[in-house]
Amino acid sequence: MIPQEMFDSLKSAFGEAILEAKPDGVLDPWIKVAPGRMDDIARFLRDTDRFSFDSLMLLSGMDYTKGKLGVVYHLHSLKWNHKIVIKTEVTAENPHVRSVEAVWKTANWHEREAFDMYGIVFDGHPDLRRILMPDDWEGYPLRKDYAVPEYYNGMKVPY
Amino acid sequence: MDVTVTDVDAGRRPVTVPGLGRSLRAEEMVINMGPQHPSTHGVLRLELVVDGEIVVDIVPHIGYLHRCFEKHCEHMTNYQQVVPYVDRMDYVAAMSNELGYVIAVEKMLKIRVPDRVEYIRVIMAEFSRIVSHLIAIGTYGMDIGAFTPFLYCMRDREHVLDIIEETCGARLLYNYMWIGGLSHDVKPNFQDKTRAFCTYFKPKIKELNDLLSYNKIFIERTANVGVLPADVAVNYGVSGPVLRGSGLKFDLRKNDPYSIYDRFDFDIPAGKGLKGTVGDCWDRYMVRVCEMEQSVRIIEQAVEQLPAGDVQSALPKRIRPEAGDVYVRTETPKGELGYYVVSDGSATPFRVKVRPPCFVNLAALPAMSRGAMISDVVAILGSIDIVLGEVDR
Repeated sequence: MIPQEMFDSLKSAFGEAILEAKPDGVLDPWIKVAPGRMDDIARFLRDTDRFSFDSLMLLSGMDYTKGKLGVVYHLHSLKWNHKIVIKTEVTAENPHVRSVEAVWKTANWHEREAFDMYGIVFDGHPDLRRILMPDDWEGYPLRKDYAVPEYYNGMKVPY
Repeated sequence: MDVTVTDVDAGRRPVTVPGLGRSLRAEEMVINMGPQHPSTHGVLRLELVVDGEIVVDIVPHIGYLHRCFEKHCEHMTNYQQVVPYVDRMDYVAAMSNELGYVIAVEKMLKIRVPDRVEYIRVIMAEFSRIVSHLIAIGTYGMDIGAFTPFLYCMRDREHVLDIIEETCGARLLYNYMWIGGLSHDVKPNFQDKTRAFCTYFKPKIKELNDLLSYNKIFIERTANVGVLPADVAVNYGVSGPVLRGSGLKFDLRKNDPYSIYDRFDFDIPAGKGLKGTVGDCWDRYMVRVCEMEQSVRIIEQAVEQLPAGDVQSALPKRIRPEAGDVYVRTETPKGELGYYVVSDGSATPFRVKVRPPCFVNLAALPAMSRGAMISDVVAILGSIDIVLGEVDR
């Protein structure tokens, strides 16, 4: 299935939740969707036979600067051996995306990492807490405007 | 002992042990394993929720080695400087890490590297696989209680490291693959030494099988333990020997070929449940042993076909990819290592996101361990073969 067909098919199923697509001219074709219906879209992509995206290769948090954060999903289908990239964008003030943990279990840790590093909140995630940074860490290290703290728990950090 | 779990997927569940019945259920207790525990292969803390001797749930705590590799990448002055950092993720198979990264950047720059470079890279990546699997097998034996195979594995590993050291001067962290080429060409006697290694190493695999793989005690400890069904494995995104141990013949070198792997003739070993159930610890272990044989096959073919040429002719003058993003995944010894590289058109990467295979495979540990005995957790964890440098980055 080519990316343009995927886009058309998603568009007819989800309407306004599917925003735009870049089916060719790029290294990895992508489709941009609204964050609020990500879980429904993920379930549709996994369970519809034409898509059969049974494996989530990677889920990455992104900081696009200017107050915009994002989540990028790299999907692969073992059945059809095709791939697609799903992108979604949120604002830094309201960084809420529906969790896809129930669709692909592998998203559990990936989403925790995106939360840890970017502060993106995955609604519906069963256990959303920091994974790589200490639990009491303040701020989200991979955000572009992150300032390295001078103190950690009252101790001065030597550089 | 026959232990079953009602549903591996759905969190904490009552465990049914045939013959014992529910009457023996005791109060749950939480035990810490790690971060300084020899079987955790580094600094990993496992929070075991146990009911007597049976594991009800595991909560892994990671991040002890976290150094925010991805943040470092964004603060480099160019793309090339990232290479030494990727070495330090899976430090027992650094060549494989470099391969994925340089392929990703070359894809963005649309560079075609000379054939000689491709061949040397494949040989080095396969050497890395042998080294990594030798460590995995050796330490796995040690986890179970067999010390001798570890010494044999380390002995054979030295032979590979000697060849690599002669090529690029380093034994563990190489910085050998550069974007568009290699840091050094191989030495004139490289082909002879590699051939000699292959001749030396093949009988050693049989020796290892006699010593460990078909050892009755080892089979007792690993067969039918930590079974991971293929569909659960796919849903958890696990890859590499862990996925193939579950019986799925999925190897990126064949299924999503990169570099020049389509030119070689080799097989993909997969778990068949020879000693127990498909997807148990023994299957995962055996996939690694068989993969070493296949790596030797690839190396032998590559050494014969190694073309002449200059390994630095395609090095780009300046590395400034067009704005855009690419996801490249390669089959490292641990599984699918992916690099999601985003460029904004400048000389510094805008974002380098790594999909570490160990991180993803480790996330499936609770699903494999529910209903197992505490001592089996050591066997299951060892069979995943994690390197914490990569899990935590």
